[in-house]
Amino acid sequence: MTPEEQNFMRKIEAEEKIEPKDWMPEAYRKNLIRQISQHAHSEVIGMQPEGNWITRAPSLRRKAVLLSKVQDEAGHGLYLYSAAETLGISRSEMIEQLQTGKAKYSSIFNYPTLTWADVAAIGWLVDGAAIVNQVSLQRTSYGPYSRGMIRICKEESFHQRQGYEAMLALAKGSPEQKAMAQDALNRFYWPALMMFGPHDSESAHSQKSMEWKIKRETNDDLRQKFIDQTVKQIEVLGLEHPDQNLKWNEERGHYDSSDLNWDEFWSVINGNGHCNRQRIEHHVAAHEEGEWVRDAIAAYNEKKRAKQAQNAA
Amino acid sequence: MTKPTEKLELFEVFVRSKRGLDHKHVGSLHAEDHEQALEYARDCYTRRSEGVSLWVVKSSDIVASQEDDADCFYDPNDDKPYRHATYYVLPEPVNNM
Repeated sequence: MTPEEQNFMRKIEAEEKIEPKDWMPEAYRKNLIRQISQHAHSEVIGMQPEGNWITRAPSLRRKAVLLSKVQDEAGHGLYLYSAAETLGISRSEMIEQLQTGKAKYSSIFNYPTLTWADVAAIGWLVDGAAIVNQVSLQRTSYGPYSRGMIRICKEESFHQRQGYEAMLALAKGSPEQKAMAQDALNRFYWPALMMFGPHDSESAHSQKSMEWKIKRETNDDLRQKFIDQTVKQIEVLGLEHPDQNLKWNEERGHYDSSDLNWDEFWSVINGNGHCNRQRIEHHVAAHEEGEWVRDAIAAYNEKKRAKQAQNAA
Repeated sequence: MTKPTEKLELFEVFVRSKRGLDHKHVGSLHAEDHEQALEYARDCYTRRSEGVSLWVVKSSDIVASQEDDADCFYDPNDDKPYRHATYYVLPEPVNNM
């Protein structure tokens, strides 16, 4: 190991954060750019399935809440893009990687939101799973990422609670509403578990990420945490648990559960989910339609500069 | 040749007390340029190992909101209590989410 590498590893082992101007191995930088940009893209693409329901939310209150939540997601995307930029990648490079499929985002957003209950299920389960992951990432070794996670976690609790509240209203409502809630739970439960990624043994980046403390807990451990905490929540809703094989394991102190449909997982990751093409097409269209705003800002700044130069002369 | 202090540029000083924490504003000082400001800041604000990293920023480069305008500046957020987690009342057994 070079002295630089030694110093880097010393910081990692001492639980000191790595800051943007510190020396870091090239692979650490690359790994972080991949993970943080993927995280940022997920926040941004994640606005689509919920945004789809803003105009159709069942009351003005629910509409205001959903609008606020989607606005938060845009903000979270911004925090994360900024954190990734401290590693020397530009915003436009990241956007290009997203739009050409070189960079991924969380597969969960390739599932359609068919009913209002799906919006409730997303807040409760999808944001709930994201929180489990993000709480763990507050202790990540890269300073700007860690600080972004702390800020995001503070704001995210409302997302899960509003989702659960909306779910509770349906679950305690008419038989049709309850059936709608059950259907949303059945469809979103499994993809939510897949959000934690493949089994540790199949995860390409896990080992190095754990060693460098980019990730602090493994995919399977985080998934187990989420499975355990969700059981009571389903019970309070009075809904049926989608996993018939769920069983408390006294010895492990955790719930045992069914394995996931990994063919579906890889298929959606590889572009064949219900909405993969639609999500990216929409992102490209929104980006292109916003071109005139960026042009206008640039033209205005140019005009201001010219005026200042004229005044100075 | 020497300028009186008030003719020197004013800089704001930010200290990161520990890796992983945000830089925090600690005060300001006058200096000829950025390099000098950084050295003054070191001598002035971190004499007792208060920090691991310093930022100096020209005060004139800081754009600040006006506190007098706070009412209307922040008005769009005041009527949105639903942005807070505590706004949602959940049954006790699941209230820890």
